[in-house]
Amino acid sequence: MSLEKKEFKPKIVAFCCNWCSYAGADLAGSSRLTYPADVKIIRVPCSCRVNPMFILRAFEKGADGVIMCGCHPGDCHYSTGNFYARRRMTLLFSMLDYIGVENGRTRVEWVSAAEGVKFSETMNSFVEKIYSLGENVRLGDLRCKS
Amino acid sequence: MQRIGVFVCHCGSNIAATVDVSKVAEMALMEPGVVHAEDYQYMCSEAGQAKIAAAIQEKNLTGMVVCSCSPRMHEATFRKAAERAGLNPYMVEIANIREHCSWIHKDVEEATKKAVILMRAAIAKVNLNAPLQPGESRVTKRALVIGGGIAGIQTAIDIADAGYEVDIVEKTPSIGGRMSQLDKTFPTLDCSACILTPKMVEASAHEKINIYTYSEVEKVSGFVGDFTVDIRKKARSVDMDKCTGCGVCQEKCPSKKAPSEFNRGLNTRSAIYTPFAQAIPNVPVIDREACIKFKTGKCGLCAKVCQAGAVDYEQKDEIVTEKYGAIVVATGFDTIKLDQYDEYAYSQSKDVITSLELERVMNAAGPTHGHLERLSDGKAPKEIVFIQCVGSRCSDDRGKPYCSKICCMYTAKHAMLIRDKYPDVNVTVFYIDVRTPGKNFDEFYRRAVEQYGVNYIKGQVGKVIPQPNGKLLVQGSDLLDNKQILKEADMVVLATAIEPNPDVRKIATMLTASIDTNNFLTEAHAKLRPVESPTAGIFLSGVCQGPKDIPETVAQAGAAAVKAIGLLAKDKLLTNPCTAQSDILLCNGCSTCENVCPYGAITYEDKEVNDHGIRETRRIAVVNSALCQGCGACTVACPSGAMDLQGFSNRQIIAEVDAICR
Repeated sequence: MSLEKKEFKPKIVAFCCNWCSYAGADLAGSSRLTYPADVKIIRVPCSCRVNPMFILRAFEKGADGVIMCGCHPGDCHYSTGNFYARRRMTLLFSMLDYIGVENGRTRVEWVSAAEGVKFSETMNSFVEKIYSLGENVRLGDLRCKS
Repeated sequence: MQRIGVFVCHCGSNIAATVDVSKVAEMALMEPGVVHAEDYQYMCSEAGQAKIAAAIQEKNLTGMVVCSCSPRMHEATFRKAAERAGLNPYMVEIANIREHCSWIHKDVEEATKKAVILMRAAIAKVNLNAPLQPGESRVTKRALVIGGGIAGIQTAIDIADAGYEVDIVEKTPSIGGRMSQLDKTFPTLDCSACILTPKMVEASAHEKINIYTYSEVEKVSGFVGDFTVDIRKKARSVDMDKCTGCGVCQEKCPSKKAPSEFNRGLNTRSAIYTPFAQAIPNVPVIDREACIKFKTGKCGLCAKVCQAGAVDYEQKDEIVTEKYGAIVVATGFDTIKLDQYDEYAYSQSKDVITSLELERVMNAAGPTHGHLERLSDGKAPKEIVFIQCVGSRCSDDRGKPYCSKICCMYTAKHAMLIRDKYPDVNVTVFYIDVRTPGKNFDEFYRRAVEQYGVNYIKGQVGKVIPQPNGKLLVQGSDLLDNKQILKEADMVVLATAIEPNPDVRKIATMLTASIDTNNFLTEAHAKLRPVESPTAGIFLSGVCQGPKDIPETVAQAGAAAVKAIGLLAKDKLLTNPCTAQSDILLCNGCSTCENVCPYGAITYEDKEVNDHGIRETRRIAVVNSALCQGCGACTVACPSGAMDLQGFSNRQIIAEVDAICR
């Protein structure tokens, strides 16, 4: 085993709702607004489809940060989905913080389909935060990290 | 085990320049279930689709992943290609390696790594996909148009001409909208009423068109092809069938102090009124807040003078419920409120007016009968200043960030009309930029400058100060000469920004149609589907989608009509099969899912269950897949994990998470 210190490359999962944030990420792409490649997006129909279980799973599998993006409150394609998501995440994130997954590693952000700039800015600031927090060791299943 | 094919698109150099596509295809073969991988220049092209079809047939594929642009762009294309080759379209997943990868990353190694991970996530998901069959739903062959301005009228006429029934719901007492308030139209200077009123008559006389004026959409339920809409017909207090439109009631009405909405509050109207002489229908309404009978119980003059006995003080709001296959939003615009722009003294001086108010002043049916005069003292102005971009292209939150698009042209029109009719009046326009893209637009603007001698000054106005002598001191700057300008004017006209009708938010929420940060309705695709909302069955007509002038509005109204007709012409629609389903062995009928479902798609039934040999009847959640839109709220709310979403199942999403975190 080498003692050489490996460069920290965070794993970041972004859940984006199909109607607003995923489209916002597309707009960031077509506007060529860069953000670090550490962010990988999973498309979900609505932010309310994000089960807290998925986020726990991500941390368990070695994610260093999880961000969830949805339509702005009041603009949900399904009328009320993001309200449920907001409440669920508030609870989940406080619980995660309690067990040692710092609040900075989780975030909810509202990004509309027109907000490519906001999407890229959000991802840049989130990744920066994760770099400052370093590797997530709390929930990580040690067998999953190389 | 699935047999998966992976197709990596170069998208010309869009992807291939930053992502090593052949490496991605090579890596794909190492993933479980992948039996075929290839890369090609344009997967979406006919040749690319032929490659997909060949691979599906030769390799007997049961699933496929296309690594290409966003699924919002070409998911439908590839699903159709798969279906033609005999693969269930829901066995196709897209890895978005263009918008989410090649376009935003510069480093080839890094971008390639990310593309591989995105591809792995898609493969992991498709491994768990199940073939889905879309259901069928029927199409009600009737369209609803919300808004009776020129956009709504044109859309309704076009749909009705194709042979379908159309209802127009208009909030105010008459159709006609903003265009009916305009005096002349650019760049031809023809009279707005002369081209609009025949259209209004055509719509009202059309046997397929039914118009609800003084009515509002109250509730919308259902989905594409089968919307159910409650329309509130507000109490008109006048019987539409009996009224002959003679107008005597309006003459005799003693309450004449209500501000006229049609004339932008520049003069007053009676309590029983039609907004303007050419109103359709020509049936007045009673403004109950202004009516003496409703306020004090005494009066009743209009009922006494009405020969037809049409006045009915007892009339109540009525709710009409109708079914529609398609809904077109044509809610139009208003000018922004100027509370935040005190520097232009709009609230302090009657001689500072908006351009829309100037339209009324210049109109023969307006408050001054078409004479250009100061509203404070009725004197003829000698010096008029126009201020452009009031609230448009604004970087702070007082105004709007966008260009209102029509102001440069209507100001040129106003300036030209004034100089033509009153050659002794000096006209000065303060502008940031003059924007005149459009057929005959720049020629029109140049005519204002060259032929009519309108004085254009590039620069903004800082302040308008009312003077004791009744004049207005305009403080501005001339950016080209780099000097300050002080100008005494008799009238100041503000080219006020336009914004979507404030009601649009409420309507969009009812329709679950998305709106952008400026309250304009969002298109399904900014370039390729500009008249459709992302919500199926909802179409956009006119300024509700973005600022536009009359010809553009009419063109878009026709386009929206064509899209609506395309929908109404179908007898049946395929429904999205990505709906929720409950596992009868896990469900305990607790009703949590029913409470979070925004569509009322979940009901409960007593079902016979065989739970490991124990037979019993249990209360089980049942999802109506015709109503379910697939948001997934119930899947997370379900405490027993019985609810799952087809196409986005718990296992599929977890597989994606695992692939990304691997």
